[in-house]
Amino acid sequence: MYDKAPDEQALRSLIAQVKNGTLSRRSFIRQMIAFGLTAPLAAQMLTYSGAAHAQAKPLPYKPTKRGGGGPLKALWWQGSTLLNPHFAVGTKDQDGSRIFYEPLASWDPDGFLYPILAAEIPDLENNGLAKDGKSVTWKLKPGVKWHDGKPFTADDVVFNWEYAKDPATAATTIGSYQDIKVEKVDDLTVRVLFDKPTPFWADAFVGVRGMIIPKHLFADYTCGKSRDAPTNLKPVGTGAYKFVDFKPGDLVRGEINMDYHVENRPYFDTIEMKGGGDAVSAARAVLQTGEYDYSWNLQVEDEILLRLEKGGKGKTVMSETGSVEHIQVNATDPWTEVDGERASKKTKHPTLSDKAVRDALALLVDRQSVQDHIYGRTGVATGNYVNNPQRFISKNTKWEFNVEQANKILDDGGWKKGADGIREKDGKKLKFVYQTSINTPRQKTQAIVKQACQKAGIDLELKSVTASVYFSSDVANPDTYPHFYCDLQMYTVTMNQPDPESFLLQFVSWEVSAKENKWQGRNITRWTSKEVDEAYKAGQAELDPVKRAAYFIKINDLACNERAVIPVVYRPRVQAVNNRLVVHSSGWDSDFWDLPNWYKDV
Amino acid sequence: MGRYLAKRLLIAIPSLLGISVVLFTVLALAPGDPFGELATNPAIPPEVRTALRVKFGLDDPIYLRYFHWLAAMVQGDWGFSFTSRINVDTLILQRLPATLFVIGSAQILALLIALPVGIYAAMRPYSWFDQLASTLSFVGFSLPTFFTGLLFILVFSVQLDWLPFVFSDVNATGWRWYWEELRQSIMPISVLGLFQAASTTRYVRSAVLDVIRLDYVTTARAKGLGERVVILKHVVRNALIPVVTLVALQMPAIFGGAIVTEQIFRVPGIGSLLISAILSNDTPVIMAVTFVFACLVVLFNLIADVLYGWLDPRITLG
Repeated sequence: MYDKAPDEQALRSLIAQVKNGTLSRRSFIRQMIAFGLTAPLAAQMLTYSGAAHAQAKPLPYKPTKRGGGGPLKALWWQGSTLLNPHFAVGTKDQDGSRIFYEPLASWDPDGFLYPILAAEIPDLENNGLAKDGKSVTWKLKPGVKWHDGKPFTADDVVFNWEYAKDPATAATTIGSYQDIKVEKVDDLTVRVLFDKPTPFWADAFVGVRGMIIPKHLFADYTCGKSRDAPTNLKPVGTGAYKFVDFKPGDLVRGEINMDYHVENRPYFDTIEMKGGGDAVSAARAVLQTGEYDYSWNLQVEDEILLRLEKGGKGKTVMSETGSVEHIQVNATDPWTEVDGERASKKTKHPTLSDKAVRDALALLVDRQSVQDHIYGRTGVATGNYVNNPQRFISKNTKWEFNVEQANKILDDGGWKKGADGIREKDGKKLKFVYQTSINTPRQKTQAIVKQACQKAGIDLELKSVTASVYFSSDVANPDTYPHFYCDLQMYTVTMNQPDPESFLLQFVSWEVSAKENKWQGRNITRWTSKEVDEAYKAGQAELDPVKRAAYFIKINDLACNERAVIPVVYRPRVQAVNNRLVVHSSGWDSDFWDLPNWYKDV
Repeated sequence: MGRYLAKRLLIAIPSLLGISVVLFTVLALAPGDPFGELATNPAIPPEVRTALRVKFGLDDPIYLRYFHWLAAMVQGDWGFSFTSRINVDTLILQRLPATLFVIGSAQILALLIALPVGIYAAMRPYSWFDQLASTLSFVGFSLPTFFTGLLFILVFSVQLDWLPFVFSDVNATGWRWYWEELRQSIMPISVLGLFQAASTTRYVRSAVLDVIRLDYVTTARAKGLGERVVILKHVVRNALIPVVTLVALQMPAIFGGAIVTEQIFRVPGIGSLLISAILSNDTPVIMAVTFVFACLVVLFNLIADVLYGWLDPRITLG
């Protein structure tokens, strides 16, 4: 990557370049993503420094009247199981709900806010944002009606806050609503109040966690009765499509809302979101047979996608996110049991705690091969930047694949090859168990890494666990990823949340996953560092997004340089889109964030 | 007969209870938990997950959970799905039409093929027709449904572009609706039907062969009856007794759905409901579906036995 991660000064000079036009907004945002930030945070940095406006520019839309576009058919290979956005588990439920419900604003592909139910995006100029960072005032769009004809007002927004923040409702969106206070200023204005200065204010009512449900249909079903609401299964929202039918896990159907609050939208008369099956046949249905117009999250090898695209009916679209497939290195000893738990904080890994070993491992991951032979366009070995300022690139990029160098580092570190070809020192051998979930690209990646490690005298035992177990939170099961009862493990850490703060919890000391917190802590590698803790706490309280970004970059850099984690490839979101369908995909929000603006070119 | 029925029903009850205990215990011991996806999402605090676990009683001891479930079942409350927060019986009823339509039609298709082919093959054993039929049925039940399914998709959807391969709600009216339904269901029905037909043909053939060489058939022919009457009135009636019981025993399978075929064609049947419930650890749904399946198996076993005793005068029931 880079010789030295940019500090605050360097960031400000990059922003100045955007301001005077020598660096494009898009390249700046891409570079920030490469440092472990998110597009929304990068956009916030630009806005705060006056290099861009907070509000996204509207996207091009050609049709001149509402309706007439026929059916829109979308295929999600994991079907939606519920349609209440506050209970959504995973993007499939969020996307199903997003057809009918809308938030105040959404994130566009570059990380700027796009107003939907808000009249405009609050910023410092229009006094929407308070200077002390303790409140945000949203102006609501006038004339918006729910699907049953009742008007949308500030009461609905306040209700959503009361509904989600109550632990008895058990809403999955609670994290965004429990630490704030929302008050109605008038029928079309709400104010969100924070008790501490909050740099990332665009969480409540924004994006996938911000969809708004109607007060008049849910008011009787709060707390313990939340699951009994009939509207849970028959959504009434403000969106471009009205509810027609829902079969959990199978089908969501909607029809055009003739009273939608943006003129000439939507283009399509009906929408169908079918669920089930697997990713390859979902890609086939759009790319080869053209039966469907859009399909979601194609975790398919690129060579298959390329072959299917030859059908000529559709194309593959990638949207940038910050998600990274990476290998985690265990800082503790998973083979020693202390007080009934393995990989305990109280232990230290016998061999991986030697930096030489970790450095060698980082050099033995052949990212280029992984990208070329496994992921193709769906996995990028290095961050993809266009316009890189010369002084930040070192001649040897940090992420290189070099078996001789790895051998040299290990030799210098005193790790000598034994009779069986495996290196050892003080009686400890370099033998590791490397686990991941069952998934063809991952098994292939494991094989590539194992081969390279063999050449350097490191023996890897490959283990794969079925995904529904690996990614579960089962306390009793030793094979889940938070348990980390092995030396190395690999999976994709998703970063399609707007703010990296919760993503970076994986490096702080108070989030170490352990038996005492039922392995629900976010720091899976158990690696800790005082510098990281201090930088995190400073970043949490910092209102200036540039300074905040500098702290987050520092944390990410420390974690990568200390090899707590070894990034493999970046994973963009992959969708298949019919050739005539015009869609603007955003990796920071739902696939349907812009649904009313979808149309087909004639 | 009445006493026999009563006895069988009485025995059925403890066996069903036993089945439910085993099912419940296995599910409780299985790894994975229904709220696992919540765990991987950093935005969801652990309190939400614990609140949900408490609400659904997931932290109670096993026997307590079992008795709650049993009490609710007896009262007709089949429970509440963890993943979709909808009543389980609503969920199952939603899936029933597609299951009955696709898999039921497949069974009917299987019988429509197997009966004439099997009977004719047995009428002319070792003739070219018989050889052909036997070979094709060997091939038919050796090829797994996912292979034939994918083959059909490749040929009919991708190459010829005649048929859609995703089974969905049809958005049309009148006879167009029937046409579209036919187009989308013909592939899953044929895949399943042909697979079933293959094994049923062999069975019908051997059953008819057994009967056709008996003395009374020769007598019937000697009496001067036409071949058609001999076959249909004498041979088939007696030969099909075991086939009828076989079909009765296969009835529960219709409700269990055909998991592989449903996955390939995305048919929203009970089989795919079961699989997705198992993968997401949705215990109430799994319990309800498997318990219904167990009841159906017991019921149809009883029906098969009674039917057999009724059709075949040589059999007396206990």
